[in-house]
Amino acid sequence: MIEFKNIEKAFGDNLVLKDVSHLMETGKCNLIIGTSGSGKTVLQKCLVGLFEPDKGEIIYDGISFTEMTQESRKQLRQQIGMLFQGSALFDSKTVEENVMFPLDMFTNQTHQEKLKRVNEVLNRVNLVDVNNKFPAEISGGMKKRVGIARAIVLNPKYLFCDEPNSGLDPQTSMVIDKLIYDITKEFNMTTVINTHDMNSVMEIGENILYMYQGQKEWSGNNKEIIFSDNQRLNDFIFASEFLKDAKDMRMLEARGKISNDRNMDEMLK
Amino acid sequence: MSFFTHFGRYLLLIKGMFTKPENAKMYWKEFMHQCNDIGIGSLGIVSIISVFIGAVSAVQTAYQLVSPIIPLTTIATIVRDTVILEFAPTLVCIVLAGVIGSKIASELGNMRVSEQIDALEIMGINTKAYLVMPKIAAALVTIPLLVVIAMVLGIWGGRMAGTASNILSADTFDKGLVMNFLPYNVTFALIKSYTFAFIISSIPAYYGYYVKGGALEIGKSSTKSVVVSCVMLLFADYVLSQLLLNPAT
Repeated sequence: MIEFKNIEKAFGDNLVLKDVSHLMETGKCNLIIGTSGSGKTVLQKCLVGLFEPDKGEIIYDGISFTEMTQESRKQLRQQIGMLFQGSALFDSKTVEENVMFPLDMFTNQTHQEKLKRVNEVLNRVNLVDVNNKFPAEISGGMKKRVGIARAIVLNPKYLFCDEPNSGLDPQTSMVIDKLIYDITKEFNMTTVINTHDMNSVMEIGENILYMYQGQKEWSGNNKEIIFSDNQRLNDFIFASEFLKDAKDMRMLEARGKISNDRNMDEMLK
Repeated sequence: MSFFTHFGRYLLLIKGMFTKPENAKMYWKEFMHQCNDIGIGSLGIVSIISVFIGAVSAVQTAYQLVSPIIPLTTIATIVRDTVILEFAPTLVCIVLAGVIGSKIASELGNMRVSEQIDALEIMGINTKAYLVMPKIAAALVTIPLLVVIAMVLGIWGGRMAGTASNILSADTFDKGLVMNFLPYNVTFALIKSYTFAFIISSIPAYYGYYVKGGALEIGKSSTKSVVVSCVMLLFADYVLSQLLLNPAT
């Protein structure tokens, strides 16, 4: 569980995050969504410590991250995995060496043990026969999966994903989403995902934080988002006519089904 | 950004390198990898430059020594001292500033813009220590060795050019080579090469590590790092010569 309270961050005179508070739950896919420039990447970088917030507190499972010493942060970071937008694989290393890198750095395992673990996680992300390939020799979707494999190789408690679907076709995006969702459930991780992808929001958005101009505008889950009356959120989520129609259809569908569901009926009112 | 801001960040980068390694074996592996890249990778260009510098200095010295009362052994003495004092440490390091400096700046710059440095930070690795220190340490180990090789090859190039063009015999050259030899000159050249090694590895590392933007900015910072390294190297050359060679100081 990651909780952050009253986070503020400015770059010069530009206040990028304004008093943002939220709770990221364990065993769930926690999504941060918002338009470009809404502050979601800055927020995620504050959460992992790449940026220092000017105000506020970040708490990892009851322990204040903002008040930790550098040494304690280093220890905590070994429990954090991160998938970057561009995968951030090391160009000069093969897929196997990339995934093995955290094991080389932080464990005293033998080469055979490390190799076994690398093959386990590569199999878990459905990658076979790519061990000796370099990042330049594999596709974008495969790079993302190698990135996920590297992020989970040390069995982290927290997984951060920055735009995991950027640059991928819809089908591959769904595969990546499902993979992240399954891994989150399997290892009971706290997963935080930055995304603009509406499929991801609808498929895996168990806890969604919508950011608007550096502020928390709305929060809820993928079921509640359909029925939200927040205009900014609706403009963002249902930007196209097609999606607006889809929302209307879903609303009508829900109205038909809700005759014996009071909570849903009340929400629709 | 002002000079003082750059200088302050540069000092913080250097200070940030000195922490306990997360895994000494991995740091050693990276250090050996950099020794190979910087040392073995530059051996070819250093050898070619040194031989030609020595050869040209022998021919040009002979061209200027027109007086019959100056013995031919003087040519060898001048070639030896110019190669040891200036050509081997300074010229070779200027070339290495281009070869190694641009490589270090673009490698770190590419790692920065493609978020590889952030990925290492997230893993809990001190990137200043893991990425920058092995490069500087490898430069400090290999560049003085390259300078010593350049001294030997430069003098050999002068001997070869002198004898091949019938300016002087090999015996005369060898005789001149050992005349009035000051071992302190080699010490001075090594002091210079350690200083230059630090300059041409740490300045490009600074420019690469803090690059912002994309491919264009990596190219710009790589060029800037080479220019600044060369200027600082020549400035250090002057200061060291004043401090260590000037009889008045």
